[in-house]
Amino acid sequence: MAYRFDFTSLWDYAPVLVHGVATTVGLTVAGTVLGVGIGIAGAAARNSASRPLRLAVGAYVELIRNTPFLVQLFFIFFGLPSLGIRMPEWAAAVLAMVVNLGAYSTEIIRAGIDATPKGQVEAGASLGMTGPQIFRYIILGPAMGKIWPALSSQIVIVMLGSSVCSQIAAEELSFAANFIQSRNFRPFEVYFAATALYLALAVLTRWILARLGDRLFLKGAARA
Amino acid sequence: MRFATILGAVGFATALLTGGLNGGLMATAHADALERITKDKVLRVAVPQDFPPFGSVGTDMKPVGYDIDTAALLAKEMGAKVELVPVTSANRVPYLTTGKVDLIISSLGKNAEREKVIDFSVAYAPFFNGVFGPDSVKAETVADLDGKTVGVTRGSVEDIELSKLVSDKVNVRRYEDNNGTISAFLSGQVELVATGNVVAAAIMERKPPRLPNLKFLVKNSPCFIGLGKDEGPLLEKVNAILTKAKTDGSLAAIAEKWLHAPLPKDL
Repeated sequence: MAYRFDFTSLWDYAPVLVHGVATTVGLTVAGTVLGVGIGIAGAAARNSASRPLRLAVGAYVELIRNTPFLVQLFFIFFGLPSLGIRMPEWAAAVLAMVVNLGAYSTEIIRAGIDATPKGQVEAGASLGMTGPQIFRYIILGPAMGKIWPALSSQIVIVMLGSSVCSQIAAEELSFAANFIQSRNFRPFEVYFAATALYLALAVLTRWILARLGDRLFLKGAARA
Repeated sequence: MRFATILGAVGFATALLTGGLNGGLMATAHADALERITKDKVLRVAVPQDFPPFGSVGTDMKPVGYDIDTAALLAKEMGAKVELVPVTSANRVPYLTTGKVDLIISSLGKNAEREKVIDFSVAYAPFFNGVFGPDSVKAETVADLDGKTVGVTRGSVEDIELSKLVSDKVNVRRYEDNNGTISAFLSGQVELVATGNVVAAAIMERKPPRLPNLKFLVKNSPCFIGLGKDEGPLLEKVNAILTKAKTDGSLAAIAEKWLHAPLPKDL
């Protein structure tokens, strides 16, 4: 093979890579927690009695799911300052990820809710449970259990998609890789390492989410 | 018959070749370019056509730019007609060394390798990397950058040079390409921007609300006019014209027109 690998030059930049991995993890955790929160609220809103609310959430979901993540990110980071809304790049990155995952998870969770038999809701009502109680204890739990694998996949996609945030100088893993290869001119080695790190992060994320799903929903199912 | 024709053709070609070579050698050995320019009243200049604002093709398909205006200025002072020869950055030096042009005015920087094969005039155009920003942001030296955000294109010369100079207190934001850096500056995501004077001029051209005025230099590499080796009289003439143009304001007018910035005093 003509190309000679030289990973030693990468070693000097290990702190940059570590910082990049930490930022990617931070963005993903913040984006996931808030994004799934929005997803739950959005799914509840899409099933609410209020027609304007249903329409508003529907418009949000369609807008976000039918535009590229990069454009959404640029809109927030480069566009909003014209309206006087200015935020650091990490905040813009988190906001873009939350807005993006929020729309996708709204649809995913709504699918889980739709799969809940009507009879169960009526059973809850006949026991004297309030609307929020029914949603919390009867609809949401089993719905989340059903769609957990799909939601996990979406979270991994968002984690990998955070690489796009390097475009607004958020210093996550892809930024670190681009930065290093602009300094040591060894792009093959750098992207080799970045690819391995992303793969490891994705596998780890799936494993953690699977564990979390077992704890949260299997236990609930066993109790019920 | 056929053999004779071939022999004749070979002989003719040989004569042509040697004649051409002789002529070429003589031209470089003891030709006085200035003498020829004065006699023919034609100044042949290698100019860029793919590097605005120094040289690009205008709407009428003619080259325009800082370098073209400088060529016209020199030709006028020499009482000659300017003949523009479009070149690329790769072939501009060969054009001069093979005698196809008298001068290279093509945003040419000076370095040791080039000095072995060609001579250079005094500097005629500013070309530098610096820190730029609106008047509201005070920054006269690198030390003033502490606590400020500076945008720069990742991996560019200015990124490498600035990274060597600044302390940890400076918030350097590195963008993927020039467009990202410019957008970040124009949208106010960064207070200052480190870039080339040419890029700053391109931003100025659009007259945005946030103007990138020069704060200080990061790396200076001005442009020089390239001449053939041992063209003493021509070099003297070119330098005299440039020195005069710097004092009488005609070069400053060219700088103002194409770079939207005054000519640096130390050029």
